[in-house]
Amino acid sequence: MAWLGLYNYWIVIFLMMAGFYVVIVRGNVVKKIVGLNLFQTAVFILYISMSKVQGGTAPIVEPEFVVYSNPLPHVLILTAIVVAVATTALALALTVRIKESYGTVEEDEIHRLDKSF
Amino acid sequence: MEHLIVIVLLSFLAITAVAVVMLHDLFAVVMLFGIYSLLTAAIFLVLDAVDVAFTEAAVGAGISTVLMLATLALTARKEKTSLRFAPIPLLVVTITGAALVYGTLDMPRYGDPTAAIHQHVAPDYLQRGPRETGIPNVVTSVLASYRGYDTLGEVTVIFTAGVGVMMLLGSSRRGTKRTRGKR
Repeated sequence: MAWLGLYNYWIVIFLMMAGFYVVIVRGNVVKKIVGLNLFQTAVFILYISMSKVQGGTAPIVEPEFVVYSNPLPHVLILTAIVVAVATTALALALTVRIKESYGTVEEDEIHRLDKSF
Repeated sequence: MEHLIVIVLLSFLAITAVAVVMLHDLFAVVMLFGIYSLLTAAIFLVLDAVDVAFTEAAVGAGISTVLMLATLALTARKEKTSLRFAPIPLLVVTITGAALVYGTLDMPRYGDPTAAIHQHVAPDYLQRGPRETGIPNVVTSVLASYRGYDTLGEVTVIFTAGVGVMMLLGSSRRGTKRTRGKR
């Protein structure tokens, strides 16, 4: 059952690759942003999985507890979640501007209008 | 037992992710993404990351979903392209995933207290944090005190993003007529 200890990481990789696939294959810009968010959330789960200590509790110090989970990844991911939302908001604002200028948010139609491909 | 709960929640998460990838109705995708964020928050809670859990529930499941719904209202609700089988991206994704799985094989197992990550500064923070800052929650003391400059940097990023959003959407409202006239 030793492989079960790696299950978290494997699901994280699956989610990451699902997000990556959406970013590569799908042409809709909103869908691409959702894919990027899938990828980001997978990274969050990777960090938090590593911070867990068997038999530990949340890192709020009380005299009756001895074992705590690692607080450092929690701090990093708190910052990362907020930054992720900020970048998502910026990406969505760009999407709205693209819609206003081109009348579409599909990548191939935008390329056709631009004659870039 | 605790790990069993995590395994079940992670499996739900994988199923939700597959649904997000397959669906074409963007409204359904955004709603499923809200569920996905909420499941993530539940996993964080079981993994002892309580502060991260409520941030993810409020920000990930709440604000992100609202922002995406607002964008959908201004753009299109349905995705136009049909689901075509794309062998090359699938191959790229599979190879990358396989390489990453190979990389996990010598990682510390779930909950291993002897892992390298738990040996360096973390015990130090846990011991000194409450004594030096007077806050029992170690995450808060590291975030606001020991790594206060990081949090200042985070605020800078949010401010920059906010200014960017305002410049993109604010000026477009005024200049829409002019741009359309030119075309």
